[in-house]
Amino acid sequence: MQEQKPIVIAQDVHKWYGKFHVLRGVSLTVNRGEVLVIMGPSGSGKSTFIRTFNALEEYQKGKIEIDGITLGHDLRNIEAIRREVGMVFQQFNLFPHLTVLQNITLAPIWVRKRSKAKAEETAMQLLERVGILEQAQKYPGQLSGGQQQRVAIARALAMQPKIMLFDEPTSALDPEMVREVLDVMLQLAQEGMTMVVVSHEVSFAREVASRVILMDSGLIVESGTPDEFFQRPQSERTRQFLSQIL
Amino acid sequence: MSNNQQPNNPKLNLWRDVRFWRFAGQFLAVLIAAIVVAILWGNLNRNLQQLGIQPGFGFLNSQAAFDIGETLISYAPSDTYSRALLVGLVNSLRVMVVGIILTTIVGITAGIARLSDNWLVRKLALVYVEIFRNTPLLLQLLFWYFAVFLTLPKVENPISVLGFIRLSQNGLELPGIQFSPEFSTLLIGITLYTGAFIAEIVRGGIQSVSRGQWEAAASLGLKPGLAMRLVIFPQALRVIIPPLTSQYLNLAKNSSLAVAIGYPDIYLVASTTFNQTGRAVEVMLLIMTIYLTISLIISLVMNLFNKSVQLKER
Ligand SMILES: Nc1ncnc2c1ncn2[C@@H]1O[C@H](COP(=O)(O)OP(=O)(O)OP(=O)(O)O)[C@@H](O)[C@H]1O
Ligand SMILES: [Mg+2]
Repeated sequence: MQEQKPIVIAQDVHKWYGKFHVLRGVSLTVNRGEVLVIMGPSGSGKSTFIRTFNALEEYQKGKIEIDGITLGHDLRNIEAIRREVGMVFQQFNLFPHLTVLQNITLAPIWVRKRSKAKAEETAMQLLERVGILEQAQKYPGQLSGGQQQRVAIARALAMQPKIMLFDEPTSALDPEMVREVLDVMLQLAQEGMTMVVVSHEVSFAREVASRVILMDSGLIVESGTPDEFFQRPQSERTRQFLSQIL
Repeated sequence: MSNNQQPNNPKLNLWRDVRFWRFAGQFLAVLIAAIVVAILWGNLNRNLQQLGIQPGFGFLNSQAAFDIGETLISYAPSDTYSRALLVGLVNSLRVMVVGIILTTIVGITAGIARLSDNWLVRKLALVYVEIFRNTPLLLQLLFWYFAVFLTLPKVENPISVLGFIRLSQNGLELPGIQFSPEFSTLLIGITLYTGAFIAEIVRGGIQSVSRGQWEAAASLGLKPGLAMRLVIFPQALRVIIPPLTSQYLNLAKNSSLAVAIGYPDIYLVASTTFNQTGRAVEVMLLIMTIYLTISLIISLVMNLFNKSVQLKER
């Protein structure tokens, strides 16, 4: 029964920064196992929107339900949801004073109350999965951008999230490192992880997305399968946007 | 390119060689310092001879013949001056060590409170910082001594705080420990004064850690307290430690204001010694050496601590 229910239900979500209406009634459902790619021009509210999913941003109107838990002002709900939602940032945001291994085991030990040994065992498996097992004892500052982002993915996965959010995970990377990160994400998608990805990587969207949406000025203006989105866009705004990035 | 174009051409003229000028600069500085010291030393000796004083530290072995109000190690007026100075040094070290520990706790607490989500907590911390940072320490010490400790009730009916701290004219009493009014005043005075500066340093350090670090910690489910302790504060330490070191040094040196309220620290004992023996130069040399040594030890320890929190890159 639970499995049928969408993992994210957002209904008519509004948000203001002071007078600026940044989200103007966004509704979206994400089903389990789905890979959703969000595109859109800079400043359209993509980051703001996905950051409401783990309460990094508050919203003022509407409703967001993650895995059956309503995100409001209840602190316990916020904490419960953050344990289930993993997030990968554009700037990696690794903890620079901790080793790669410590970065990955920190939350499992302190939030999930795992033993250190158990957490490290899981961390090593994850590092192997993202292909940087040999870097476990290094500090983030000693790694390349691509390696750092793969550590960040492993760190989020260590909490065994039910859904992973990616906010432009490859746009701070040198071009030659983009592929290694996308490959990890591709593999994750194939393993059935539910993912919401803000990204302008068209090849990635074509290859793995179950749905692609376009946000513009705080609204969703297009939503469809990669084929529909890239070949037969409905709105003029989408055609215009695609002509700029393709 | 021919060979004589190479940078380390041995035939380079001396006055065009940077290495020569670096050496010359050092040499000149040392020379000037040596001349100044020699002139001063000659002056001093001549003046002392005119006064008929033979410089030397022999007086340290004579009987001190004065009493010290507060001693941690055994002492009687029949002991020597060196014993009296040792008593003063122990008293100084006691107030410095306890002061540094307490001011660190007060400073960190107030620094974090300055950034609290709670309006009242934030404002209270601000008021504390502004008052204690912007009034002279000497005034604060006199306030604690005359307006607070000397107006407290007699020992027989002390004010009880939290059930186990007892305040009276006899000072501060914790179970098993008794602090004199003078020690308590000095300790509270330098702790709160220095703590206000440390609070600002801590606040600045915490604010220097990027927002992304808070967000990453939050997105992993770490509550704010844990995020602060495990992620933010360890990074803030890199920024905090160097200015914190100078606050510790200030505290150590400011403890000599003990003289204003009559706490027998090294400075007070030394000035009594000087009054009785007239050995101004020796006593000043001695006490400067002691403060310098203490300061160098603090710096050394803090430098080691600083090295241990620096980030490893490449
Ligand atoms: N803290 C804030 N205060 C005020 N305005 C903000 C704040 N954060 C974001 N904004 C504004 O909200 C709008 C949406 O920002 P958001 O970061 O969600 O855009 P985005 O679609 O992710 O853009 P980009 O592709 O550049 O990352 C922008 O116009 C931005 O300037
Ligand atoms: Mg963004």
